Amino acid sequence: MAVAAITENYVGERLDRVENFHGNQVLYIGWDHHLMFCAPVAFPVSPQAPFRQVLEELIPGAFSLHPEFGEIDWDEVQWHLNGEPFTPDMDATLAEQGIDHKSAVRFATPGLNGIKGCGS
Amino acid sequence: MSNRKLNLKDKYRLLTRDLEWEYSYRDYEEIFKQESFEGIKITDWSKWEDPFRLTMDSYWKYQAEKEKKLYAIFDAFAQNNGQQNVTDARYVNAIKLFLTGVSPLEYQAYNGFAHVGRQFGGVGARVACQMQSLDELRHVQTQIHAMSHYNKHFDGFQEFPHMHDRVWYLSVPKSFFDDARSAGPFEFMVAIGFSFEYVLTNLLFVPFMSGAAYNGDMATVTFGFSAQSDEARHMTLGLEIIKFMLEQHEDNVPIVQRWINKWLWRGYRVLTLVAMMMDYMLPNKVMSWQESFEVYFEEAATSLFKDLARYGIEMPAYAATAIEEKEHLSHQAWSIFYNYGHAAAFHTWMPTDQEMDWLSEKYPNTFDKYYRPRYEKWREMEEAGERYYNPTLPMLCQTCQIPMGFTDMENPTLTSYRQSEYDGERYNFCSDGCKDIFDHEPEKYVQSWLPVHQIYQGNCGGAEMEDVLGEYYRINLGVDNLDFHGSPDEERWNAWHNLQPAEDKLKEAS
Ligand SMILES: [Fe+2]
Ligand SMILES: [Fe+2]
Ligand SMILES: [Zn+2]
Repeated sequence: MAVAAITENYVGERLDRVENFHGNQVLYIGWDHHLMFCAPVAFPVSPQAPFRQVLEELIPGAFSLHPEFGEIDWDEVQWHLNGEPFTPDMDATLAEQGIDHKSAVRFATPGLNGIKGCGS
Repeated sequence: MSNRKLNLKDKYRLLTRDLEWEYSYRDYEEIFKQESFEGIKITDWSKWEDPFRLTMDSYWKYQAEKEKKLYAIFDAFAQNNGQQNVTDARYVNAIKLFLTGVSPLEYQAYNGFAHVGRQFGGVGARVACQMQSLDELRHVQTQIHAMSHYNKHFDGFQEFPHMHDRVWYLSVPKSFFDDARSAGPFEFMVAIGFSFEYVLTNLLFVPFMSGAAYNGDMATVTFGFSAQSDEARHMTLGLEIIKFMLEQHEDNVPIVQRWINKWLWRGYRVLTLVAMMMDYMLPNKVMSWQESFEVYFEEAATSLFKDLARYGIEMPAYAATAIEEKEHLSHQAWSIFYNYGHAAAFHTWMPTDQEMDWLSEKYPNTFDKYYRPRYEKWREMEEAGERYYNPTLPMLCQTCQIPMGFTDMENPTLTSYRQSEYDGERYNFCSDGCKDIFDHEPEKYVQSWLPVHQIYQGNCGGAEMEDVLGEYYRINLGVDNLDFHGSPDEERWNAWHNLQPAEDKLKEAS
């Protein structure tokens, strides 16, 4: 729907175009049922980065303070990309596997239910 | 010449209707350009019923009397070192949040009502809006004066207008009002006059004002009393504009319904800040967020919307979600601020044992199950000298701009994710309400100034977070922010009260 506006065909400036991020795109990552991290986090990251970098640098940087972080069995982790189940390819770049600007990646760790099992 | 004294009704008629004139050499549409573009049809402005008749001379006289009393109390408060008599220094953080988050909205309301006070063809509506705009200007001034005394004794007050325009969580109330003010005049009136001032006002002001009363803050309480009669007028205006639009033309009904859906959701999301203030920031609690929400929203809105049903208006679309969230909202909000306490201009802390017990009692279905273990872990980390702060910036909702800390109510430990694609780009939301608002007017919300994205684009000062927080936000690092424990606020407070740690004092007091 168009905005009801006093000028015809009103168009708004897209403030978060990928071009504004100096070669990076924004990637969101959330760890399901671990709300000690109150919300998913946001990273500026190159679309040319391999997923391995997400796994080895970004995710530990964001979530390693959690007591269960060291117990994660990464082979058992269930991933979602923008709401759809997905299997990351560690060596392919983000762009190659459809992780585009402002994509949301979620991961679930079955068996790890947060602090005292409370989902935190 | 007759010397007869006019009664108030006649005076008001002369002030409004009688000052209007026929437009003979300009078209009506040219003079009132903004009256029709939103699709609202007004056939007869003479049907407008003045919500509250107050002439300028009585307005000045009445307000001057009120303000004389108000400033006498402020003076007494300052002379008696009233700041030392609040329940606990933690309380002051609630009014830091008020001054940075709410008082600037009074100023925005002044701007907004002054603007729409020019746009309506009906002179009665124009005058009523202009009067409200004067009230709002007085509100921001008196609030600043009420709180300025605290600025001499506590940190975090000094840059409130600057912070309002820049700091991440303050973008939530700011963008809410920017959204309303950049809408047309009728939508502004539904957004602020009706939704905010009429439906939600008790949820905002009662907690802050009773919170002040319960915590020994005479300055803020007195401001609250002095604004009460103004608020009564604002509520009447909010209700009149809705009824007037609905009675003017049946085509207005679906437009008004959509605005009500939108603005009650937008307003409710802003009130997230109030929810956490009530449950976590008041050392002496008034009532829980849940209790307040039940009284001031569930009961009050249900009867209001029963009344409006005769116009074909229904309960706002997302009311059910708001009701479901009432047992979680404040805890999720406080968790956000605790996570990012290093980036806030007020202090955060973990509740004491007694406060945890109060939360368990007030939230029997949720607190012990979902939140207490989280807090106990955080307390343990703090005791080990590793107070938890989230090291990474959060994902924000495109519409309400709050970090995505809300969860799906069927699965309350799972973050609620919503997404839209528009014009080749993804947009993310915290809820159906926020997503639907975007989907209806994407060209408006593609412009959201999301603090996290702005930082990553390099628009908020240097590359380091210290530069963003210190220089761009003007937070005094290590002073205004971080945990209450170990803060200069706490240290001063303890010095005033014979070096007794605030925590022990609280325990003894109860
Ligand atoms: Fe006000
Ligand atoms: Fe008001
Ligand atoms: Zn939202």
